[in-house]
Formats: sequence, C-alpha cells, structure tokens
Amino acid sequence: MWTRVLIRRICTLLVTALLGGILGATLVRFAPGFGVDERELDTRLREDSVQALRRSHSNERNLLKFYGAYLGGVLHGDLGVSHSFARPIAGLFAERLPVTLRTVALGLAGGWLFGILLALPAATIWWWGYDLSACTLSGIFLCLPSAVVAILFLYLGGPVGLAVCVVVFPRVFQYTRNLFLHTFALPHVLTARAKGLTGTRIFLWHIVPVAAPQLLALTGLSVSIALGAAIPIEVICDSPGIGQLAWQAALSRDLPLLVNVTLFVTLVTLIANSASDLTSTALVKRES
Amino acid sequence: MKTIRRVASGFLSIIFLATLFAGILAPAPYAKQFRESPNASPSRSHLLGTDELGRDLFSRLLYGSRVSFLLAPAAALLATIMAASVGGAAGYIGGWIERIVMTCTDLAMSLPWLFLLLTVRAILPLNVPPLGSLLITFMLLGLLGWAASARVVCAGARSLRSSDFVLQAMACGSTPFRVLLRHVLPNLRPILFAQFLTSVPVFILTEANLGVLGLGVSEPLPSWGSLLRGIENWSTVQANPWRLAPLVLLLLAVSSFQLILPREGVVE
Amino acid sequence: MRRINFAFLAAAVLLGASLPARSQSGGELRFVLRSEPKTFNPVLVDDESSETIRYLTGGVLIRLNRKTQALEPELAVSWKVSEGGKKITFRLRDGLSFSDGTPFNAEDVAFTMRTLMDPNLHSPTGDSFRSSEGAIHVDVLGARDVSIEFPASVAALERLFDQVAIVSSHSPKKEAAVLGPFTVADYKSGSYVLLKRNPYYWKKDAQGRSLPYLDSIRLDIQQNRDLELLRFRRGEIQLINSLDASYFESLAKEVPAAVRDSGPSLDSEQMWFNQVPAAPGPDYKKKWFGSANFRLAISEAVSREDLCRVVFSGHARPAVGPVSPANAFWFNTSLQPHPHNPQGALRRLQQDGFRLDGRVLRDAGGHPVEFSLITNSGNKSREQMAAMIQQDLEQIGIRLNVVTLDFPSLIERISRTFDYELCLLGLVNVDLDPNAQMSVWLTSSSNHQWNPEQKAPATPWEAEIDRLMKSQASTTDQNQRKVYFDQVQKVVWEQQPFIYLVNKNALSAVSPSLKNAVPVVIRPQTYWNAEDLYLAPERPGGH
Repeated sequence: MWTRVLIRRICTLLVTALLGGILGATLVRFAPGFGVDERELDTRLREDSVQALRRSHSNERNLLKFYGAYLGGVLHGDLGVSHSFARPIAGLFAERLPVTLRTVALGLAGGWLFGILLALPAATIWWWGYDLSACTLSGIFLCLPSAVVAILFLYLGGPVGLAVCVVVFPRVFQYTRNLFLHTFALPHVLTARAKGLTGTRIFLWHIVPVAAPQLLALTGLSVSIALGAAIPIEVICDSPGIGQLAWQAALSRDLPLLVNVTLFVTLVTLIANSASDLTSTALVKRES
Repeated sequence: MKTIRRVASGFLSIIFLATLFAGILAPAPYAKQFRESPNASPSRSHLLGTDELGRDLFSRLLYGSRVSFLLAPAAALLATIMAASVGGAAGYIGGWIERIVMTCTDLAMSLPWLFLLLTVRAILPLNVPPLGSLLITFMLLGLLGWAASARVVCAGARSLRSSDFVLQAMACGSTPFRVLLRHVLPNLRPILFAQFLTSVPVFILTEANLGVLGLGVSEPLPSWGSLLRGIENWSTVQANPWRLAPLVLLLLAVSSFQLILPREGVVE
Repeated sequence: MRRINFAFLAAAVLLGASLPARSQSGGELRFVLRSEPKTFNPVLVDDESSETIRYLTGGVLIRLNRKTQALEPELAVSWKVSEGGKKITFRLRDGLSFSDGTPFNAEDVAFTMRTLMDPNLHSPTGDSFRSSEGAIHVDVLGARDVSIEFPASVAALERLFDQVAIVSSHSPKKEAAVLGPFTVADYKSGSYVLLKRNPYYWKKDAQGRSLPYLDSIRLDIQQNRDLELLRFRRGEIQLINSLDASYFESLAKEVPAAVRDSGPSLDSEQMWFNQVPAAPGPDYKKKWFGSANFRLAISEAVSREDLCRVVFSGHARPAVGPVSPANAFWFNTSLQPHPHNPQGALRRLQQDGFRLDGRVLRDAGGHPVEFSLITNSGNKSREQMAAMIQQDLEQIGIRLNVVTLDFPSLIERISRTFDYELCLLGLVNVDLDPNAQMSVWLTSSSNHQWNPEQKAPATPWEAEIDRLMKSQASTTDQNQRKVYFDQVQKVVWEQQPFIYLVNKNALSAVSPSLKNAVPVVIRPQTYWNAEDLYLAPERPGGH
C-alpha cells in the first residue's frame, strides 16, 4: 500500500515540477525586459552586432518549443547554457548546490533548534515576563532586513547559514509557541496535569501528538522559508550558491537558468511538503 | 500583563493618530530638501536629523507610518484570510480536493512571482501616483503571501475534521460552511495569529527589497521599508545611529500587535 | 676592528641606499571583481570583469599610458600608419614568448586580428575597428613584421590596439597562453580568480629585474560594496578601483592616506527626453520634448552644483557635454555648464507659450506640465539625483514622477517600446577618442538614444551632427578632427538632446601597503601599471 502511495506521490511530484517549470518560464517570458541585453548599450558595437544580440534570444520566444527542447536536453543530462554566466548550467549547479544545501541545512537546523528551545519554555513556564522577552527577541529578528542580518554576520565572521537561521527561527518560534500554548490549554491536557502527570510526559504524550500534524506541515514550510531566505543572503554575502545564481538570472532574464532554478525550488518544496504529509499521514494511521 | 496590553494598545493608537495628523505634527514637508544640511544630526529643527538629501527624517517617519502602518497590516490580513479560506476549506473537505489545492499551494510557493510584480509595474502607466503604485504592490503581496501558511492551516483543519465537536456540529445539521467558520477556523487561531504577526514586518521589508527592482514606493513618498533600506549601509548607521529609528518603531509596532492579540494559556 | 666595522656599516648603508626602499618582489595583491567574468578569451571580452582579466594577462602591441595619455610601444617596438589611416604596419619585439614558452611572432598578430575581425564574432573590440563593411587584409612580412589593411580609414587607428590582447596561433594552450604580466592560474566560479606572475613576461625594471614584482593577484568575486569596504578596512583587500562618494567620505575619516580623488572621470550622468515620433503618449508632450527651448529650460532649472555637492559630496563637477574636462585634448573649453537659473528657465518656457498658473506650469493648450523620469533602480546616486531634479522642477511648476525600474525593463523601454518620457542614465567612456561614441551621434544608429534608427535625420541639427561625426572619422589629422568634434559639442550644448548633469570624480582607495600605485581617471584607474605594483609588509590589524 505504501509503495502505491509513494509511486503516486512521485508521479504527482514530477508532473507538478514540470508544470512549475513551464509556469515559471511563462512568467519570465512575458515579464518586461525579456530578450534585452544590456550589452546593446555598448557604444562600440556596430549596428549588425546590436541586431545579432537582439536575435540571440529568438529561440526562446516560442515558449513551448523552448521548453520541449529543454526537456529533451534534460533527458540527456544537458540543462542548457546560461546567458549571464556563459557556461553550462549543469556545471554551475554542480558547483553551487553543495554551498546552498549547507547554508539551508545549517539555517534549518539552527532555526528549529532555537525556535523550539525558545517556544517550549513559553508554553511551560507560563510567566508573562518570559513570554514577553521571547516574543520581543523573535520580533527583533523578524524586523531586521536580510541585508542587515547578513552584514552583521559578516562583521562578526559567522557562517552564512546562521544568517538563514536568524530568518527561520522567528517564524518557527511564532508558530510553535502559539501551537504549544493552544494545545496546553486543551481539556485533556488540563486533565492530565490535574492527575499529576509530569511535564515531560504531558509534553511527549499529550502535546506533541496533537500538535504534530501542524508541526510537520511547518517543517515542510520552513524548508521553503529557508530556501527563500538563502537567496538574498547569498547575494549579500556573495556566497557562491544557487541563490546568487537565481538573483543574477532574474536580473538578466536568463530563461534557461531561471527554468532550472524554478524546477529545483519546486522539487525541493514538493519533496519537503510531501515528506511531511506522508509522515503526518503515517502518524495518524498509527494512532488510529 | 493587562497594564502592558494597555500600554501596547496606547502605543498603537498613538502611531495611528500620528499618521492621521502627520500633516500637523510634521515640522517640515516630507519631500522638502534642506540641501545645506544633508546627514545632519538631531537638533531642535530636525528631531531625528536629516537624510542624505537633507530631508527631515522625523517628518518622513511620520508620513512613512501612513503607508506602512496601514497598508502592511491590511496586506497581512488579506494573506491571513486567504490562507484561512484556502487551507481551512482544503483540510476540512479532504480527499482529492485537498491534494489538488495543496499541490497548487506548493506551486504557488515555488514560482518566481517577482516577474509577475515586474509585469504589473510594466502595465501600470508611468505617471501613476506613488501611492497608487504602492497600494497595488501591497495588494499583490497580500494575494501572493497566503501560500506558505495555507499548508499549516490545512494540516490543522485536517486534524480537526474528525474531532468530537465537529462531528457533533455536523450531527446537529450545521452546513459545512458553518462548521468551518464557527468550529474549525476558531481552533486554528494560533496559526492564523502567527501568520498575521509574521506577515506584517515581512511585507514591510519585502516592500523595501522590491525597491531594488523598482517596485514599491517611489520618490519622494517615504515608507518604513524605504527608510529601513538606509540602514543597510552600515558605515552610515555607525556614523548616524539615529537612522535606526524606523527599525525601533517597526519593532515596537510588531511587538505591540503581538501583545494586544489574545494569548492563550498564559497566566496573567 | 672598529674601522672595519665602520667600513662594513658604511658599505651596508650605501648599498641599502642604492637599492629600492624595501623588497619589491613578492606579495599577493587582492581586490574585487563586481561580477562573474564571462570569458577568459581576450577576443570575446565584452564585460567589465573579463576586461580586467584581459588587461592583467593580455599583451598588447601598443599601450595607452593611463597617466600621460600617450601611446607607448609594447609588444611592437614601432608602427606606421599609412594610406590615410587604412593601413598600419608593426615591427615587433624580438625574442618574446607566451606564458607557456611558445615563441611570439608576426603570425600570432595576424591570427589575432583575423579572429577578432570575424564578422560573426560581434566583439566590441573588433567592432571598434570596423569603420565600414569589408574584410581586412593581414600580411605577415617577416617574423617580426606584419601589416594590417582595413577596407576604409579608421580614425585613431593605433589607439585601438590598446584593447587587442594578442593570442597565440600555435600554442596547445590556445588563449590560455598569454603575453601579459600575469596568467590565470585558478578560477572558482562565484568565488575568485587567481592570477600568477607570468615567468616569460618580457618587461624589466630600470635595474634589470624581471617584472611584475607581485607574485600573484587574487580577484574575489563580490557584488556587495559594503562588504568590499569592510574588507578593505580590515586589510583583506588592498584596492578599491571605483569608490562611491559616500564610502569615500567615510573611509577618508578613518584612513585619509588610503583614499584618492583623481579628479573628474571620463564618465557623465545625463538625462534625455524621448523624441521618437511613434512613441506612445499624447502629442502635446511630444511637442514639449521636441522643443530645444523646453529642453534648455529644463537644463537651466536643474542645479548641477547641488547635485555635485549633495549627491557626490563635492566629488563631481557640473557637466558641459559629452566630453569630460579630464579628456584634455577633446574637451571644448569654450563651453560652460548651463547655469542654474529657474527664472531664466521660466522665461524660456514663456517663449514657447507656457505659463505659471499658481504653482502649476501649463502649456499653451492648458495642459499641466507633468511627466515621468525613469532610471535604473539599485543605483543610489541616480535615485538621489532624480529626487533632487524632482524638487528643482517643482520650483518652476513642473510635476515630475520618478520611476525606478530594473535594468532590463528600462532597456526595453528606451530601445524597444519607447514607452518613456525622460530617462536618466550614465555614460561610461572607456576611450578618450570621440570615435568610440559614433553610434550615439549617428541618427541611423540604435544607440542614438533620444530618437534611434532614423531613416533620415529628423532635424537640421541632427543632420549637422551626422555630417561632422562622419567628417572627423574620415581624417587622420587630429587637429582637424578636433575642430569637427568641437562643433559637435557646441551643437549638443545648444540643442540639449542630452542634458548633461555631472562628471563624477574618479574615486579609489589604495592601501598604504601597496606601493607604486598612481590612480588616474582612465580605466583601469588603480592597477593600470600592475607590473610595477608591490606590497610592502603590513602592520598588524590592517589599516
């Protein structure tokens, strides 16, 4: 049964990713500035060179044709060539993916750890002073622009991943704090407390199972948040990851690169959310 | 705690009134350039000093509050309502509808919506008033910002689908819409409040970041976002620490929102 | 014994005095590239970062001395321009080798020129030579002699060879084999490019020691200017080639010895009205923009002095025209910047039927004068200039809407859809010679920004500019060319198709530990003499 579920999920994932790729390509294709090249403004270029530059993007104007050719290339391991980097995209991804994965992994791990550690006492201590302090701390980081966070970490010599952690943890804190507080106030938890169960037992046996579906959904969501945060932070910190690639591609309307980045982001988002959905379903089935 | 909540409410009221009466409270028009005194320190005539073009920062902060303090929460509310509607309905109904909606949500989270924003800006006439352009930007942010928390709302709604009070409400003959509105969504308040609280500063900062691409507020209209962009130049901030005033104000406003929202389970 | 010790001491002192002040060998210079280089092939270079690498690794036949602005022999010991600028013959240095040991001879020059002038290449360097259609003819006259004949005369022909890095025709390393002071040793995408000294580099210093002094140059790929400044402060990099005015002021307070203001650069900031007849928009606005009086009035309404003082902290000068005063030979000294004169501007406008209605300026048809200005977002100084221009025009009743756009959107508007009214941009001049601006002034060109690709000149003054530019391009007499181009500048000054605003100063930062650096205004401002630079031992803790 699980095999069938898994296969169905993978097929849905692939179809959705492909759909995401073509939708992303459509957004880029019809965005202003598509097909223009700032090299056209070089006063040294002759007229025929300017016209050649303008024609160089003509094979991307027909979106279906472009996407069909792209998919054909993907089947042979060819992800296309980036205009803005003048290099094969497969090579660019191979170099930069590990950097982004490290950044996102560190950001996620740190964000969840810090978020949970801060949220848990807020739900168990029940003192407004702690709650106020924790909320203020998370509020400070929520209000800081990514650029400032990134520059602060550079000043302090910290890793780029921690800057992503600073972006992730306030969101994780807000959601988990509210979830835990809400769950702690539920009747069955009050009953358990009245019956003298220890805090740990109440948390593990009565809080976590109730909050688990939403926490798991949040896990999937936090991957998207971390990936989204990695883009501006990599740009500001000049970290050579996928985020920097995506930004450069967006500024220069580099369609082949943008399609690949969109597919990558879509796949990561889908995999993370599917994993959290499947885990949540498995948990519910086990309880019932 | 009640005192703190009153203080927070009072603070938000003061900001609201200040934005309404900015025209009276501001010592100078927000666009007026005192070109003889750029980057001036705080003084009697310029309470928060001036910016690089000699514009009074206190006036710009007041007028910027009009934009950000009103539009960002409105956009956040719009995103929250959409997340509640889409996620709540999908989770409550379940089945293939839930799967399709969640797939669309995942897609919405992955697509480069930046290009949609650029396209909208391109469609707008160049002579559209700055406030008009900003309204459209915040509205789009609200319309695009629901996807992330819709997932969490959906998971919550799914888990409540088979709970006793929902079954009881259905047994009493309540319509699905009524059950969703009166029984499911109120139990998802923690998620929705978290969504709202995180969206307000995120939208303000997003508006600032979109300025790099030509979206967001245009000169000379100020916003908290455009004022916050000024603190990205760290050497300027070190030399003029009062430039952190918009950040402090944003932080106080977000904290105040947090404090006035109902806090479940906290002993006061 | 004391006499011998004293003799040793005296000898040591004398010897020390005859040597340079400290060791001039070794050290790794570090500075920043602001974008990823797209190519290491010198023939294909068309972006700034690739150009930096080409400059540091490429050997050229003739070098423009960035300080004296004079041409100097480099790989060629001598050259002769003949047939009215159609032909150039080089005599090459003997005994030189590429960085892999492959001998350098006339075949390499021929190969480079044939590759560069391939019409399918569309290289900016190649296009600079292309004054007309037709192929070039390259003759290898001997191991050390080569002549290149062009289909038509090329103005300032010898100067263009400063951009042509010679590649080997027979090295197995192809374009990786270079003749410049450094070679590309390592490259990590998104991270850095490492250049190491070329062991076969031919130049020696006055004492006969091989150049370059530096062991290596590390170019970190970094877009963030705040970071660049931070790293400079920490001593992690020793150069900032182009410094913003605000950073200059901030750094000047901390390390005054490190900042350099070389005076007005060759670049300018300017704005222009859309004069394309088929552009979208109401006809009455096209009538405004097409009026020289209107453009002159706008020019007079803007305070250039304020722009220089406020936006650039005094590190800029009011601009006159397409040529900066830093370009001493070509600058028309008889012209002055249009003065800031709002009342004079209003009088001009009244001549065209405009009138001030309260605080709103209206045209003869009663339309309020309102239009938009577009500029590229993310450029802080341009955004500030736009805000100041907005205020200046408000003084004469004009409502200006400032719209910042991302660069591709902006290029689309000014070159494809022509859906704009006023545009504020800058012109980067890499060459002193006005021929490099030919495509800006010719009415048939796509870079004739205010009304490109005209079938025939739309106005008599544009026809005049066409004639003058073609005349200056077809003669080799520099003085005659100067006469023609002075006249072009005068027409532009009178008609204001471009409203030139400021010439920014060339600002840079050089670590006190980097010796022999002489920042100038021509690119590359700080490392133009890279082979002479060396690093003195640093004090701990950076600057």
